[in-house]
Amino acid sequence: MASNSRKNVALDREDVLKLGFAGNVVEKRVTRKDDEVRPWDLETKFQYVGTRVPRFDGLAKATGRAKYTYDVNLPGMLYARFVRTTVAAGTVKEIDLSKALALPGVKAAEQVWDLKNPVRYAGQAVAVVCCETSEQCDDAVRAVKVQYERKPHVVTVEDAIKDDAPQVGNRKNATEPQIGRNAVDVEEIDAALKTAAATVDVTYRTQVQTHTALETHGTVAHFTKDATGAEKLYVWASTQGTFTVREGLCRALKLEANQVEVISEFVGGGFGAKFGADETAIWAARLSKKTGAPVKLMLTRKEEHLCTGNRPDSVQHVRAGCDKDGNLVAWHVRNWGTGGVVPNAGARNPMIYTPRGMKTRKEEFAVLTNCGPQAAMRAPAHPQGAFANEQVVDELAEKLGMDPIAFRLKNDSYKQRPAQYELGKKLIGWERRNPKGGDGPLAGTGARKRGLGVAAATWGVNGGADGTAVAIVISPDGTVEVRNGCQDIGTGTRTLLGLTAGEALGCPKEKIRVRLGHTTDPFGPASGGSVTGPTLSAAGVEAGHAAKLAFLRKLGPKLGVEASSLDVVAGKVTSKDGKSWSWDDACRQLGVESVEITHTRGENFDAGFQGTVGGVQLAEVEVDTETGFVRVIKVVAIQDAGTVINRLTFESQVLGGVIQGISYALYENRWMDRRSGFMLNPNIESYKIAGAADMPEIVTVAFDLANGLNSAGVSGLGEPTVIPTAPAIANAIANATGVRVRELPMTPDRVLAALAAAKGGAK
Amino acid sequence: MKSQDESKEPQPLSRRRFLQGVGIHSVGAVAMATTLPKVALAGEPSVDASALQDPAPNTLGPDAVEVTLQVNGEARKLQVEPRVTLLDALRERLDLTAAKKVCDRGTCGACTVLVDGELRYSCMTLAVECVGSKIETVEGLAPAGQASAVSEAFAQCDALQCGFCTPGFVMTITHHLRNEKSPTLESAKRACQGNLCRCGTYNRVFEAAVLAATKGAGLPSGGGTGAGAGAGLKGGN
Ligand code: FES
Ligand code: FES
Repeated sequence: MASNSRKNVALDREDVLKLGFAGNVVEKRVTRKDDEVRPWDLETKFQYVGTRVPRFDGLAKATGRAKYTYDVNLPGMLYARFVRTTVAAGTVKEIDLSKALALPGVKAAEQVWDLKNPVRYAGQAVAVVCCETSEQCDDAVRAVKVQYERKPHVVTVEDAIKDDAPQVGNRKNATEPQIGRNAVDVEEIDAALKTAAATVDVTYRTQVQTHTALETHGTVAHFTKDATGAEKLYVWASTQGTFTVREGLCRALKLEANQVEVISEFVGGGFGAKFGADETAIWAARLSKKTGAPVKLMLTRKEEHLCTGNRPDSVQHVRAGCDKDGNLVAWHVRNWGTGGVVPNAGARNPMIYTPRGMKTRKEEFAVLTNCGPQAAMRAPAHPQGAFANEQVVDELAEKLGMDPIAFRLKNDSYKQRPAQYELGKKLIGWERRNPKGGDGPLAGTGARKRGLGVAAATWGVNGGADGTAVAIVISPDGTVEVRNGCQDIGTGTRTLLGLTAGEALGCPKEKIRVRLGHTTDPFGPASGGSVTGPTLSAAGVEAGHAAKLAFLRKLGPKLGVEASSLDVVAGKVTSKDGKSWSWDDACRQLGVESVEITHTRGENFDAGFQGTVGGVQLAEVEVDTETGFVRVIKVVAIQDAGTVINRLTFESQVLGGVIQGISYALYENRWMDRRSGFMLNPNIESYKIAGAADMPEIVTVAFDLANGLNSAGVSGLGEPTVIPTAPAIANAIANATGVRVRELPMTPDRVLAALAAAKGGAK
Repeated sequence: MKSQDESKEPQPLSRRRFLQGVGIHSVGAVAMATTLPKVALAGEPSVDASALQDPAPNTLGPDAVEVTLQVNGEARKLQVEPRVTLLDALRERLDLTAAKKVCDRGTCGACTVLVDGELRYSCMTLAVECVGSKIETVEGLAPAGQASAVSEAFAQCDALQCGFCTPGFVMTITHHLRNEKSPTLESAKRACQGNLCRCGTYNRVFEAAVLAATKGAGLPSGGGTGAGAGAGLKGGN
């Protein structure tokens, strides 16, 4: 018992942390209890954090053993599928399920739609069928007869803001402008622009992008009884929020939290569109309750495009100016964007260039259209805004004859950026860039011209305690199980949690087993806003440390050593008097007992180095001026994200951001047919995403940094890296050709049109 | 405002409608030409006799027929309607869920399997077409609990994020290495043009291909015994 004394008298301790990065190190003091872990900083010595560790579930995925929601097959399981509206606006007059119900294998067919509601886009669920096989679902869906009364619709921003446009919701299609913070009035902007040495007045456009996670939204639900006869709902969900799914299902089906267990061990991508109990979760559960059988309800690829979310488009009108030295003096943006039937869009033009004295004004209009609703998508609003902002600064730099990086640095206060640019310039070979753009040694004199471009991004460090807890079980066989109920959507969360907990505990990495994705385990965050990394890694460090103390308290008496003189260092238990035990030998001393703790994550610290993460990307492209085809040759991505726990998964996530950025820049586009109101390309052959052949060389660099914002010093990485890619490519195209393409995606036709316009060949 | 009955609109073509409406005889004939002789040679009563007594000989379906598929070296008997794709037969009848359904129309390669050693989009292949053929899925590349050299290399290179596209890529690269004596990043890139990944793992997939080829059997096995190593390369070099 004596060795327990530490636990009861936890005193305050002041830790002096060394934060920042080489060349910019600061000291910060944080107060911790003496049984709490010393927060990780530049001086922390790591066993395996910061190395390259193949993700713990990599083999499960590469051997096909990993079971995703789509892969769950239960005995007697039925398949369900929605029937969706085939008009873009109007009302549903009648839904006739009788023919469907008469088909072989059809176990249920339910009306989903409330006839009182107006139809607001093509793709809303009106009915759902439930059958013995998925092929029978094909038949049953076709047999459901739906009668509509069609009304006029509008599917583009341009059409929706016309005076006589059909009204999508119960108010005007365009919202009143939302005016950004610290906005000055238009006269002040005009006055500032008059004094400017260089100005631009331009319009940029970006397209609607759909998330296109390869695993569609979907749920397997099994409504059954537990051993005591109480109702119990087991749910496998392809989700970014196991606990939000549970909460939504409890509400929808009037169940208690303990009656619903959500399981999501593997998720085939999310990118922001998979939160909460969606219609697949609710209807799979209802149908399972009705039929008494497990029900699988996965959306088809087409449905995935129509109704599960997207990144809104934008039309951004920017007026900006700078003085002769390149200091920005005014920035005025008006932007329109559509989030479909939800009034939430707009590019928001997040600005990273905010020099003192600059006059700004942002006006944002969210425009309703008869299209599927938007959903948060990887760095919501930022890629749209950056596509305009990062080109506008290039346009101004060009007018002054200034290097675009030098121009940016004049207006950017982000501490890491100068060093990131230096590194980036070296890695891309910036000195090859023709400052004037167009013909030059790099562009060459042939039809294919090369150019270099740059762009930057800043993102917040989100995530916090929010009730997140981690359970750790150290077993006599030496295995260490680390558990949290949240999900890994492909970012490497499972490995991140295991490594942070294992590092703080000190055990060998091979002993770590991580279980994620069961709501019966301790609470964890929904994966949005890049919160999962910072939230769980700090929880892991703290829980690992708590497990170590608990383990040593139990071990001390068994070894006949004062617990306070024991430590776990690099996979071995050591005592102050120089004795040491292998991890396995020490664990064997536990006999049949395990050491089990659950630790709730502490709050973030306010005394960090920096509350944001940032990076720069540089691109080299080749533009075929005869065909308009753009080939990305190379992208250099330099990114800070606090402590890098695992370099391998860090790089993968940056690669992923860059590749999605390339896809956004050059290929993706949701096409809506103005006449029918339908999406014309709800598939992935004509909704194009970047493929293997489109891949450039991609160099990723982790810019190491200690931020001291939480015990692990980790910041999120999912979102920031997708922001600068498209504008870096656009700037490189402009550098190659001397002509700017101001619309995404930058397809060959648009490149040719821009070239023709520059030659005066435009109509 | 006009009222309209959806049922009067032209209905999209489905596999079943295709088989029922126009294609049953011709498709049946194709199936006969490619599969039945093999069945007969193999001496397996793989096709329901009643299907053959139909007034139109050589016609399968629309009702379910019993077929035997050779999957990963095992004979698996199952009842399928002729419209059932190989992908759905694997995933929904045989619980072999490594091959994924992503586009279900031959675009993404997530459903890639090998049929008689050739790459096939299993979503674009009818199960009945495959009677008598040798079908390989990721599950069959290494004994249970172990990993093929290709799978190993994917894990080592972190050539996966969410992993949903991964089994398809593993099959593509496995096929590539069986047929390409000296694979390079470029040859792997070409080989992967029929596979899509949304998370952005392509470059690492190319690296994994080269690693699997160079290290080959030298890679440790996932099962810890080493016995499964190199299984993905069998038939190669
Ligand atoms: S599911 Fe077969 S190619 Fe996409
Ligand atoms: S790893 Fe997610 S789609 Fe390829």
